[in-house]
Amino acid sequence: MNFLVAAWEWLADPVNASGPSGWGARTVEHLWYTALATVIACLIGIPLGYAVGHSHRFRTFIVSSTGAARALPTLGVVTLFGLLLGIGLEAPMLAFVLLALPSVLAGAYAGVEGAPRDAVDAARAMGMTEWQILFRVEAPLGMPLLLGGIRSATLQVLATATLAAYVGAGGLGRFLFLGLKTQNYAMMLASSLVVVGLAIAVDLAFEIVDRLVRRSFPTGVGAAV
Amino acid sequence: MNWILNNVSTITDATWAHVWLALPAIVLSFVVAIPVAWFASRFRRSRFTLLLVAGLIYAIPSLPLFIVLPLILGTSVRSLVNVVAALGLYGVALMVRYAADALDAVSTDALLAATAMGYGPLRRFFGVQLPLAGPALLAGLRVVAVSTVSLVPVSALLGVNSLGMLLTDGFQRGILAEVASGIGATVVVAVAVDLGLVGLGRLLMPWERAAARRDARRTTVEDEQAVAA
Amino acid sequence: MIEFRNVSKSYDDGTLAVSDLSLIAASHEITVLVGSSGCGKTTLLRMVNRLVTPTSGQVLIDDVDVADRNPVELRRSIGYVMQNSGLLPHRTTVDNIATVPVLQGTPAREARQRAVDLMETVGLDPSMARRYPWQLSGGQQQRVGVARGLAADPNILLMDEPFGAVDPIVRADLQRELLRIQGELGKTILFVTHDIAEAITLGDKIVIVATGGRIAQQGTPEEIMADPADDFVTSFLGLDEARALHVSGRLVVDPTGRPVGRLA
Repeated sequence: MNFLVAAWEWLADPVNASGPSGWGARTVEHLWYTALATVIACLIGIPLGYAVGHSHRFRTFIVSSTGAARALPTLGVVTLFGLLLGIGLEAPMLAFVLLALPSVLAGAYAGVEGAPRDAVDAARAMGMTEWQILFRVEAPLGMPLLLGGIRSATLQVLATATLAAYVGAGGLGRFLFLGLKTQNYAMMLASSLVVVGLAIAVDLAFEIVDRLVRRSFPTGVGAAV
Repeated sequence: MNWILNNVSTITDATWAHVWLALPAIVLSFVVAIPVAWFASRFRRSRFTLLLVAGLIYAIPSLPLFIVLPLILGTSVRSLVNVVAALGLYGVALMVRYAADALDAVSTDALLAATAMGYGPLRRFFGVQLPLAGPALLAGLRVVAVSTVSLVPVSALLGVNSLGMLLTDGFQRGILAEVASGIGATVVVAVAVDLGLVGLGRLLMPWERAAARRDARRTTVEDEQAVAA
Repeated sequence: MIEFRNVSKSYDDGTLAVSDLSLIAASHEITVLVGSSGCGKTTLLRMVNRLVTPTSGQVLIDDVDVADRNPVELRRSIGYVMQNSGLLPHRTTVDNIATVPVLQGTPAREARQRAVDLMETVGLDPSMARRYPWQLSGGQQQRVGVARGLAADPNILLMDEPFGAVDPIVRADLQRELLRIQGELGKTILFVTHDIAEAITLGDKIVIVATGGRIAQQGTPEEIMADPADDFVTSFLGLDEARALHVSGRLVVDPTGRPVGRLA
């Protein structure tokens, strides 16, 4: 319990909170890394996932490559790129994008691929072009799954962004590694709690968005149960 | 390449240490997640709460958890119990959702038929629901296993031996081959565990192989029609 | 007029869905393709709007080969109604019905207004306009499907077992409605079913398709019933000896004496 008190006192101390290397600024930095990596992953993953999901081709490629990407240890990718690209943001950012990509890709792919065959068939029979089928039928129906993919990608990056500090970038990981080195448990616990708090807040934010999306694309899936 | 040849025993040791952290955590995840998932699927009202808690646990970043957990468990940061417990906690959080979905997906007709034939609740669960949920459970466990194996290296930041040590050591000393071999060996362990689970699944669920063949054929036909369209 | 000219369809795995079939479906009539499942009748239907491309042969609409037409425009000009309605689950009833007119550029408001009118045509209460497909019963969904098929006022309507998944009473109801609508609109309808009774009820002309996409017999219901071409047709119609019916008092009974109908 006294650890928690110590952590709280650490957080409350303005010396630790403010300034360019205070936990306030590091939190913003942490969120910025997360957002940037997720957006890049979306820019790559959504078009690719849609293409594969719509064409029903290269399915095996997607499944096996997302599976293989999940087997990659993030710490390994961060350190590898760290050695190759040097100290800075590029290495961890590349690693985070690689980490976020499988979830986004799988969400985009599964959502489009999983659209009811009847509906897609009917859309084609009515004379929708392939683009119209994708954007007016498959994409809206796959929105909840895509969102689920983006959600888990964001949370993974948010959690892993602590490793950025290991190769010299910023973020809340700074305090974790500093605390580890100096055996400062209050600092480690405090910054851990901030990361956990962020993760929970982001997760809840996604939960709200998810409900809004499900309301604007009511497909009846799960509604009858 | 030279580094790898000169350090085969280091890599082997680290690999075994890695496996012995991952396997207990994977088993723990499965054993704990099944009853929780059963509870969630049996008592519908608890489902939302249980899955929410599982989701929140999964949202906790790993490095902080490795650091915070010992303060709760009273172990040292470098204790293996700490690492296995942390990995297991993630595993359970991930597995509960898969397992609950798997148990829910078992057709109510089959369960109703079992009840009608006179199965008691316990025998019905172990004799009907669990085997029928088997393939979906296996699919979930494979994801859990792979993510557990790839999560182990983070513990190296605390000084626990695993393939993660090759990553931290290689990074600090600037040896690319060491980092690369750490990544490679982790992937190999993940693939090996995954294949092991697939094999176990074939052994325990022989009826699935025929079904998989049937489904594969059906999908090809559908695909052809889609392409033809 | 829809004409199939020596069409065949084989798949890569060697299955022959349709073999060298020729057929003419006259304008303003209901032509019913009837046959057991897997006989290739759906494949035939889907050749008309180019959802399936024949391996050889031609399909012509009013003497124009559909292969020469842009598939998207072709499909928009043909109504299509399918078994499980194929309604878009994320769109309301009116928006589902208005799909094709909107695709063709009709302003949304106008298309919706017309959709509501069509709901009345197919016997749906306009109060259901804002409902989603899963909030409708199976029979209502099929009515929406028919309305959607009619929305762009196509000359041709393709119907793929549209009433196959609803219960017999609702099915009879839908069949009556279809005949009423056809009486008003006089579309060229190609209708696929595996139910011979449905074929007899609806068809101006019936085409019995045997496995492998071969025509066993075609003609009006009267011609076929009066003079089945071979044993296959006889048994398909239920006219074989084992099921020969006779009259017993006011009842029609089968050879075992079980009543199967009543004289009017």
